This record gives sequence, C-alpha cells and structure tokens, in this order.
Amino acid sequence: MIRYFQRRLLQAIPTFFGVTILSFLIIISAPGDPVAMITYSPNPSPEAIMALRRQLGLDQPPLTQYLYWLLGNDWTTIDVDGDGLGETPGKRLGLLRGDLGQSIKQRRPVLDLIVQRVPATLRLGVAALVLGYLIGVSLGVLAAVFHRSWVDQLIRVMSVIGNAVPAFWLGLLLIIIFGVQLDLLPISGMRNITQRGAQSFGDALRHMIMPVSVLSLNTIAFISRFTRTQILEVLQQDYVRTAYAKGLHSRAIWFRHALRNGLLPVATFLGPSIGTLLAGSVIIEQVFQWPGMGKLIIDAVFSRDYPLVMGSVVMASVMFIVGVLLSDLMYVILDPRIRLE
Amino acid sequence: MRSHPSIADLGKTRAGRQARSFWRDAFVFILRDRLTIFAVGVLLLATLICSLSPVVLERVFNLEVNATSIPDRFKLPGEDGYALGTDQFGRDQLLRLIYGGRVSLTIAYLASTLTVFIGITLGLLAGYYGRQLDDLISWGINTLSAIPPLFLLLIAAAVWEPSTEVLIVVLAALGWVGTSRLVRGEVLSLKERDYVLAARALGASDFRILVYHILPNVFSIVMVTMTIIAGNLILIESGLSYLGMGIQPPTPTWGNMLTDSRSYLVTGVHLIFMPGILIMVTVLCFYLVGDGLRDALDPRRYQQ
Repeated sequence: MIRYFQRRLLQAIPTFFGVTILSFLIIISAPGDPVAMITYSPNPSPEAIMALRRQLGLDQPPLTQYLYWLLGNDWTTIDVDGDGLGETPGKRLGLLRGDLGQSIKQRRPVLDLIVQRVPATLRLGVAALVLGYLIGVSLGVLAAVFHRSWVDQLIRVMSVIGNAVPAFWLGLLLIIIFGVQLDLLPISGMRNITQRGAQSFGDALRHMIMPVSVLSLNTIAFISRFTRTQILEVLQQDYVRTAYAKGLHSRAIWFRHALRNGLLPVATFLGPSIGTLLAGSVIIEQVFQWPGMGKLIIDAVFSRDYPLVMGSVVMASVMFIVGVLLSDLMYVILDPRIRLE
Repeated sequence: MRSHPSIADLGKTRAGRQARSFWRDAFVFILRDRLTIFAVGVLLLATLICSLSPVVLERVFNLEVNATSIPDRFKLPGEDGYALGTDQFGRDQLLRLIYGGRVSLTIAYLASTLTVFIGITLGLLAGYYGRQLDDLISWGINTLSAIPPLFLLLIAAAVWEPSTEVLIVVLAALGWVGTSRLVRGEVLSLKERDYVLAARALGASDFRILVYHILPNVFSIVMVTMTIIAGNLILIESGLSYLGMGIQPPTPTWGNMLTDSRSYLVTGVHLIFMPGILIMVTVLCFYLVGDGLRDALDPRRYQQ
C-alpha cells in the first residue's frame, strides 16, 4: 500500500510541473505589454519602463523568466546595467521555495494574499461537500431502495435538472426570493464567528445558507446518481443473492452488504469533487460577494495582476492534486481488494 | 461498417425481416424514445429560430439588437409592445435573447465538435501507439485535469479577450481531456482484439486500422459524450460571460445579459428569469439527448 502511494505521489510531480508550465505559457502569450497595463500614466518615460521591466524580470527571455518564477533568482547574477558587474535585481526565492512573487496591484506577497483567502473558500467548500454528500447519498440510497418507482424517477429528474441549472442564475433567483422579496437572508458577504458569541454565530450561518446550498447542488446531483448506480450494481452480485438465499434479514443485507460495498466508490469522488467545488466557488463567490479564492482570482484577472493570477492557479491546482491524492489514499485504506493488489 | 452479404441473408431468412445494421437499429430505437425525440425537437427549433430569425429581423423589420432607448428603460413584459420587456438601456429583451442564443448554440455545436475531434485524435494516438507518445499525451491529460476547470479558462479568456471564434478554440483546447481519456482507455482494449490482428495480418496500415477498425467502435461512446459536452459548454460559456470574461457586451449572450443583474434586483427582476430558463432548458435537452443516445447505442440492450 505504501508503494502504491509512493507511486501516486511520484506521478503527481510531472503533473505539478505541467500546471506551472501551462499557466506560465498562457500568461506569457498574452498580447500587449504588461508594463503598459501596470503603469497608470499614458506615456511612461522609457527609463521608467526599463526599470519596471527589470524589476519584474520581463527583460529576460521566457525560459529564464519561467526559471526565475520557479526557482528564484538569488542563485544567479545578471549584468543588468551593462557596467560589467553582475547584480541580482529584485531578489526572489521562487515558487518551489514558497515565494510566489509580489502582487502588482496590491504590492504584497502573492502567497500572503492567497493564504488570507483560503479559509473563506474552505469554509464554503467543506460545508458544501458535507451537505452535498449527506443529501446526495441519502437520495441515492432512496432511489435504489425504491428502484423503478416514482421516487426513483423523481430523484432522477431532480438530479438531471440540478446539473443543468446554471449556478449563478440559481444564486440570483435565491437572492431575489429570500434576500429581496422575503428579506430573510443576507444577500452578500461573509461574517466571522469570533466576533460576538452566539449571535454572530447565527449571523455567520445565515450568510452561508444561500452560497452553500447553490454550491452543493452539483455534488448532490452527481453523488445521488452515482450512489444509486453503485448500490444497484452491488445488489446484483452473487454474495447478495447468497445472503438472501441463506435467509438473511433484508435490513442486514442492506446495511452490511449493499451500503458498505456500494458506498466505497462514492467515497473516491471526494477528490474530483474538490475540483468541482473550487471551480464552482469562483462563480458562487462572485454572485454572493464571498471573500474567498474565487473572488481573489477574478479580481486579479480583471486587474491583469499576472503574478497573483499564476499564483492562484498553481495553489488551487496544488489543493486539487493533494485532495485527489488523499481521497485515493482513503480508498486504498477502505477497500482491502485494492490494498492487496 | 459494411455488413457481410452472407450474414445479411442469414438475418433475412432467420428473422423473416431485413437485417439491420447497428446504427439503423439505434436510430429506430431513438424514434420510439419520446423524451429524446422531444429534446431533439426543442434543440432543432431553438437552432432554427436563433440562426434564421436575426436575418429576418434585420432585413424585414429593420430591427437593431443593440438599439438603446433611454425612455424605454426597464419596461415590463408586454408593455408598449415589448413581449419580454426591456433592459437597463431600453433594449428589447426578446431580441437580445434570440441573438444570445445564437452565440450559445454556435459555441455548443462548434466547440463540442472541435473538442471531440481533438479528444478522439489524441486518444487514438495515445492508446494505439503507446510508449513516449502515450506518456506525453497522458501528461497533458493529467496536467489539464489537475487544474480546477474554470480557473485556466478564466485566465485564457482574460488574456485573449475572446471573440466567439477564439472562445471556441480556447474551450476546445482546454476541454478535450475527458474525451481523450475515454478514447484512450477504449483503444487500449480494442487494439488487442482479434479483428485488429486479422486486419494487420492482411497488411492493413496503422492508419487503416485506426480509422476503419478502431474508430467506428469508439464512435458510439464519443457521440454520447459529445452531447453532454455540448450541454456543459453552454453552462461554462454562460458562467464565463456572467463573470464578464466571455464574449464582451454589447454582443448579447445568455450569460452576459445577467452580468449586471445584481444592480437591478428590484427594478428589473423580469430580466433575470428568461436567460437562465433558456440556458437550463437548452442544457437539459442536450443531456436528455445524451441519455437517449446512451440507451440506444448500448449493445447490452440486446441481451435484455
């Protein structure tokens, strides 16, 4: 099992570099000079442009720029001003040593900005994941129990529609209904729990209800379908027939055989769900003005803050890769058949 | 695939009817599937309306989709002859929905075709040739699927400020992964089959084996994915447009018609319903067609 996990960990390395290369390539192929977008003055002086390009490392060829971004530039000295002496302009440590560079607009380390926003996104994501799995699995089991009845049909229709609804639109509808018309729930923002005890806890919760419901919808729709398929498949296995044949109570069959085996693969979808949730959070955070990573990346993209954009993509991907690894690991631990292979 | 004449004769005598090919059989099956036919009908109708009516509206009625009229702002549906009301610039909502649908459907059809084309090609190559080529393509697949879906698209969209054409290419360039993985997996098992060995023994080239023997066998699965992808693309495009990263105003799309909706939640509630409903219905129809195709093209259907 340890060897399996080692192999998976090794596989993650080229993927990680692929992510860095890809996000770098897209940014570097951006038409137009980033300097022109950064400087506010319409006609910056040539010296100012040169200084800024040097500071950002834009005067280097693309491959060097990539290496600087990845490894930092303190291991090399470059003769920048042509006086024959090498010097290191704007020291950076590089992505691999935890330095994602400086945000151009906010003039703060990218990593700090991201780390600041992670808890908000995690709060939204974890809540949506828990809710999505709870409701999704329950609906899936229900659909399997009442296979081919109207309950099954209803859940199927609901999950297909749940997948087809654009999340941002559903968010807007909820805002109109519960926020504007009924005035029951706050329509934007996030509250921290730490402020004033019980009342602020309730307030924090009220701010979460709408974004979490919308975000969990896709998970509910997918997990309910998946659970249903898995359980129905298990019910056709020989060992279930044996259990029935030996007169086992159907409740015991359901809990000891069908659910235990049927829900195992469902657990593996925790990993991929993280990706869906991260992507979903981009839209949901915009709709509900939730101050998380999704909102950060959108603001960064709008203000052409490329270091921040690249940093967010890499960090989101790292979270995703780690999540998938962990869920794979969990699957191996839970399922002895895979452990023994 | 051409069926062998002697086998066709056999079918005729045994069952007393014309032997039908796999595809014809699937077609007949779909014709009986009312829900799928209904979804196909809705999609055809929407496609017809969105592709033809702009020409008619411009030529015959001299209407201009981006014509603004400040006195007519926020007209309710039915008011002053605006069937679905007007938006914050007094533009006709119905007109904008039709034009927006044209963008959404164009993207759904073209980008899904391109996505599937790239996916099939790379999947076939990776699965069939294996080795370094497979390693390279699999690396691409793993990399692209390690980035949360919308993130990369957001940057790409922001960097290249998309027109419809650019957006189609970008969506396909980032979206081929699923199809490719599917095709690759299929090819890995298909290429070990006896008929591939037989074809090779007869001296068939790799190209011939891939195109005439393997491709037809993955095609049915790919068709199902393609309809699902088309539905997903509409959702993704509308999401991007909503965020202001997709097709830029004043060109209307179902997504960007909702971008500013947050600022008129009270005055323009009527503007928020229709774009979302249209997105939902279209996506739903694509999914339903996908479901129908899956049932129709499933070989296991015959065993039941």
